[in-house]
Amino acid sequence: MRTNPFNPRCLHPASKGGLLAMVLIAWASLGPGAAHADRLAGAALAQQGGPGITACLACHGARGEGQAAAGFPRLAGQPKAYLLKQLQDFSNGKRKNPQMEPIARALSARQKRDAADYYASLPGWKADAKTAASSPQFLLGSRLAIRGNWNKGIPACFACHGPDGAGTPPHFPALAGQPSAYTRAQLKAWQAETRSNDPQGLMKAVADRMTEAEIDATSLYLEHPLLSERRE
Amino acid sequence: MPNRLRNWFENQKHTRTFHPSWILLVVAATLIIAGIVWIPAEWISKAEYEHLPAANAVPAPGKNAAQTGAAPTAVEPLPLPAPTDPKTIRVDFSPPDVDDLPSGAFGETVRLGRNIFNDTQTYARAYVGNGLNCVNCHLDEGRKADSAPLWAAYGMFPAYREKNRRVNSYEDRLTGCFRFSMNGKAPPPGSKELIALMSYSYWLSRGAPVGVELAGRGYPKLAEPQRPPDEARGKKVFEANCAICHGADGQGTQVSGRYAFPPLWGKDSYNAGAGMTQIHNAAAFIRANMPLGQGNKLTEQEAWDVAKYMNSHSRPADPRVTQS
Repeated sequence: MRTNPFNPRCLHPASKGGLLAMVLIAWASLGPGAAHADRLAGAALAQQGGPGITACLACHGARGEGQAAAGFPRLAGQPKAYLLKQLQDFSNGKRKNPQMEPIARALSARQKRDAADYYASLPGWKADAKTAASSPQFLLGSRLAIRGNWNKGIPACFACHGPDGAGTPPHFPALAGQPSAYTRAQLKAWQAETRSNDPQGLMKAVADRMTEAEIDATSLYLEHPLLSERRE
Repeated sequence: MPNRLRNWFENQKHTRTFHPSWILLVVAATLIIAGIVWIPAEWISKAEYEHLPAANAVPAPGKNAAQTGAAPTAVEPLPLPAPTDPKTIRVDFSPPDVDDLPSGAFGETVRLGRNIFNDTQTYARAYVGNGLNCVNCHLDEGRKADSAPLWAAYGMFPAYREKNRRVNSYEDRLTGCFRFSMNGKAPPPGSKELIALMSYSYWLSRGAPVGVELAGRGYPKLAEPQRPPDEARGKKVFEANCAICHGADGQGTQVSGRYAFPPLWGKDSYNAGAGMTQIHNAAAFIRANMPLGQGNKLTEQEAWDVAKYMNSHSRPADPRVTQS
C-alpha cells in the first residue's frame, strides 16, 4: 500500500510523535525566545540609550529602582502595558514632563515596547526591614492608602492598585516603594491637569478631593508601606 | 327635681355620716392630678415632632464624625419636608471609627467580623462558593452610605421578607447573603462566622435608633427608566466605564490567584437567587457607587442599561430552583 506523506493517518506512529515533538520544540524556542529578544533590546536601551535617547538608568537607576531624592520613579516590576502607555502618552502630550517627552518622541514604537518589556521583567519592590514610623502623618497616609476616606469620596489607593499597593496589571501600576516626591508630583499633576492620561479620569477624581496634607501623607506612606497593617 | 336633690343634700348633711360636697372635692382633685400629668406630656410629645423639621439648618451632620475618632455620634435629624410617621423618619448616623474598636473578647469578635467582611475568601472560606467578598457590594468595610451599609441594616431586623415569606432575624439575613450573593452555604446558627458578623454589625450600629430608616440605607432607589433597559446600550456603557477593572469579559481582574476586582457574571460571581440579579438593585448600586470613586457619574439611564447588560449573562443557578 502506498503511503501518502501528507496524510497524518499514513504516518508511522513513531514519526507522528517525532513530528509533534519538532513542532513543540520549534514553538517553545520561538515563543519565549522572541520575548527574550525584546527584553534584551530593552536592556541595551536602558543601559546605553541611543541617538537622542538618554540611557534610562541615568535617572531610573541600574535596576530600575528610581531615584528617591530626585523623584524619578521606580520602573522595575511595573505592568508592561502601563509602562508602554506612559511612553506613548509622553509622545502624544497627554502626560507632560520636560525630561521624558523628548526621549519618548525619539523612541520608535518598537523601542517603546522593548523598554516596557525589559522594566516589567525586573523584580518589583519588596518590603525589607519594617519602618517604625507611627507619626500622625504616617498614620493618615496609611489610612488613606488602606481604607481611603469615603466621607470625601476618596477610595483606598489599594482598592485599585492591588493589595499592599503592588499593582493590578495590566492598567493599575504598583505604588508601594515609589519615591514620595514622585507620587506627590503625580497627584499634583492630576490636580493641575498636566497629567491627564489616567483611564476614565479615575485618578483626577481622586486627586481633586485630596488636600495638600493628605497628598503629602499618602505619598510618604507609599514610599515604604507597612504591609502587615492590611489585616489586623 | 331640683327640690328633691336639695332635700337629699340637706338630709345627708344632717345625718353627719356623709357630706355630699366630698363628691365635688374628689372629682376636682382627680381633674387636677390628671392635668398635672397629662398636659406636660402632651407638650413634650408635640415638641418632639416639631423639633424634627426645625433641625434643617444642619446640612449633613455627622459626615465628618469618622474623622474625629470619637464614639458613635449622636443621632441627628435630617431635613424633612414635613413631620411624618415616626416609622419613616430618616436620621443621619455615622458609625464608630475603626480606631475605636473595643478591646477584650467582644473586640476580638468584632475584629474577626471585620476580617470576614473584608476578606471573606480567607476568613469564611468554608461558606463561600465564588470569588466574591462581602465588601464588593458593601463598600468601605460595610460603612459607606448608599452602598447598603451594615449600620443601617442592623436595626431594621427582625423584618418580614417577601423573598422567603417569613420574619427574618438579622442572622437569617446574613445566611441569605452566603447562599445567594456568595453562592455558598449558610453558616449554621451559632457558628463563629455568624457571631462575628453579627458582632461587627452590632458594633457599627451602636447608638443608632432601631426600627427606623437611616439616611444612606441600602442603595438609593432610582426612578423608573425613561426607556426600557437595553443590553446593547448597556454593553457600550460597560466597555467605556467598567471593563478597565472588571475585564472586557466581566470576569474581574486577578492578582496572584485572588480577585482584585470582582467578576460580574460567570461561575465566580453571585448566583441567580441574589438580590443583585434584580435590575433595579443593580442599577441603584451602580449609579451610586460605580466606577469606584466616581459615583453618580453615569446617568440613571446608563445605570439601568448596564445593569441589564450585566445581568443578561449566565451565572450559577439559584439553589432554591435546583433543589426543587
